Amino acid sequence: MIKCENITKIYKNGETETAVLKKVSFEISDGEFVAIMGPSGSGKSTLMHILGCLDTPTSGAYTLDGQDVSKMSDDELADIRKDKIGFVFQSYNLLPRATAIRNVILPLIYIGENKEMREQKAKQALLDAGLAEDRWNYLSNQLSGGQMQRVAIARALVNNPIIILADEPTGNLDTKTGEIVLSTFQQLNKELGRTIVLITHELYVAEHAGRIIHIKDGGIIADEKNKERRIANHNI
Amino acid sequence: MTLSDLIQETFSAIIVNKARSGLTILGIIIGIGSVIAMISIGQGAQNSIEASIQSIGSNLILIMPGAQRGAGVQVSAGRGSATTLTQADADTIEKEITLAKAIAPEISKRYQITAKGKNTNTQVIGTVGSYPQVRNIQIDTGSFISDQNIRSISKVAVLGPTTRDDLFGQGVDPIGQSIRVNKIDFKIIGVTKAKGGSGFSNQDDIIFIPISTAQRFLAGNDSVTTISVEASDQNSMAQIQQQITALLLQRHNISDAQLADFQILNQQDIVQTASSVTDTFTILLASIAGISLIVGGIGIMNMMLTNVTERTREIGLRKAIGAKRKDISLQFLTESVMLTFFGGAAGILLGWILAWGVAQFAGIPTSISFFSVLLAFGVSAAIGIIFGYYPARRAAGLNPIEALRYE
Ligand SMILES: Nc1ncnc2c1ncn2[C@@H]1O[C@H](COP(=O)(O)OP(=O)(O)OP(=O)(O)O)[C@@H](O)[C@H]1O
Ligand SMILES: [Mg+2]
Repeated sequence: MIKCENITKIYKNGETETAVLKKVSFEISDGEFVAIMGPSGSGKSTLMHILGCLDTPTSGAYTLDGQDVSKMSDDELADIRKDKIGFVFQSYNLLPRATAIRNVILPLIYIGENKEMREQKAKQALLDAGLAEDRWNYLSNQLSGGQMQRVAIARALVNNPIIILADEPTGNLDTKTGEIVLSTFQQLNKELGRTIVLITHELYVAEHAGRIIHIKDGGIIADEKNKERRIANHNI
Repeated sequence: MTLSDLIQETFSAIIVNKARSGLTILGIIIGIGSVIAMISIGQGAQNSIEASIQSIGSNLILIMPGAQRGAGVQVSAGRGSATTLTQADADTIEKEITLAKAIAPEISKRYQITAKGKNTNTQVIGTVGSYPQVRNIQIDTGSFISDQNIRSISKVAVLGPTTRDDLFGQGVDPIGQSIRVNKIDFKIIGVTKAKGGSGFSNQDDIIFIPISTAQRFLAGNDSVTTISVEASDQNSMAQIQQQITALLLQRHNISDAQLADFQILNQQDIVQTASSVTDTFTILLASIAGISLIVGGIGIMNMMLTNVTERTREIGLRKAIGAKRKDISLQFLTESVMLTFFGGAAGILLGWILAWGVAQFAGIPTSISFFSVLLAFGVSAAIGIIFGYYPARRAAGLNPIEALRYE
């Protein structure tokens, strides 16, 4: 379970201080599918980094499965990221000089998975993310934006995390592959009970979630259940 | 992260930056290579000096005329001019010093030698039958001087192989022929085996004659220039040295050992003095080479720091997907250790080739010891760890989000 209480994030740049998040409080239960919407620069990615234990809030408490994250050491946070969280970055963050499949294998190396299982899991994740098989051995800087995004999604799914945090995962995808990704998320959520938090600009994408949180200027302006939930079709 | 993963990651990182890795490795190759080569030259010199000292005999004590100096220096002080040692001294030592295994007095001087129109200038040594045993000389053909030769003051000579080559030609059997020394004819009765004349004196360019003959016909007195005493083992050497000193002081009526008119050299002292000189020489060479090793190490640090900066985003990503501090620092440390490992291995090869080349083309003996290879390897591994540690720690301490934002 994710629990945020008065999360505040302030960036200091010399004399000027910018409050990017202002006393944000909410809870996300296990197995929920939540979409976060808001204008550009409203602090969505910043919030996501805190939820993913990549960054720590300036003040406020973040509790993940009953553990106070702000009191954890660097290595304990690394363990949480490794075991519990799959992260899709807005800017993909792939290793440019490694192949697509190598990028997906990377988290498994740190988990200590054996060689055969790695290959197998990475291939399954790439299939789930909808990357064509003939691109698996391309270097990641030889892929298109949409293809990179799918590699990034596959990498987030590969260690079978209980929480998936995706920052604009469909931003660069056409309708068809966007549907494949959304259907994968819905399946993971429905069938395996994974918690999914998804950031998007598009209402259409957000409507695939069970709950939508609206953010503006670092604060929550709306947090409501999505009554007419869309179901993505894997086979369009 | 398993070891094979670590090595695979490291290997691909090194391959990606071929040129830079290559230059960094080159720095280590040159450093290690020169250390190996320099030490091999130093050790080669040490070995050949020690071998030539050992080749004059084992457990040897040399008594020479002249003033006693400090321990073991000035090998030939007072030689030639002073005639304070006599045949009588030698006879007394032989009789009184029962601990000694064998004693060989000698009288030596350089003379012009002629034979069948050819001539050469060489060392003529008047000595006794025990000389070959004491001074580690072997007879090739014929025989050495016998006690009978000494008693009858015969005009016979034994040639060293080089002298034989100079006077009669290589491989010729000169036995029965005669040579002329100082207008006196000597009949050749034997030739000694070659000892390989390296070091300070060529022990193959030499002529042996009976000591009595040398004293009577060449020197005109009964002085001796050296008395060689062979001890039965190393432990008795000090005692023999003391006994001889006491005996000679008493015979020469000298009460103060400081004023002794002879000097006693112990082979061990000579070896030690020579070793300490070559040791210093080796250390000097090695420290010059060591400087280039440090420069190479700084090259590694420089490369690794650039590496960390260049790969900040990669480090951020690795941490974001669950890499711990240890994983990151180990990766960078492995990279620098691997670079020095390659550099060290190639450097040992280079050093070996250099040492071989120096021995081959400059004629300086070299010797690569297991120790110097081990040292070079240890040093290069240490360089990898020491100079790689700081960059690796810096990489491991990066905040993932800041690292991911780095441009
Ligand atoms: N390291 C930083 N230093 C200073 N300001 C920062 C830093 N990182 C982010 N910001 C600021 O925080 C604000 C929120 O950034 P954030 O990336 O969370 O926006 P976002 O909601 O994800 O926007 P978008 O939809 O464009 O991705 C921005 O105004 C940005 O300038
Ligand atoms: Mg963003």
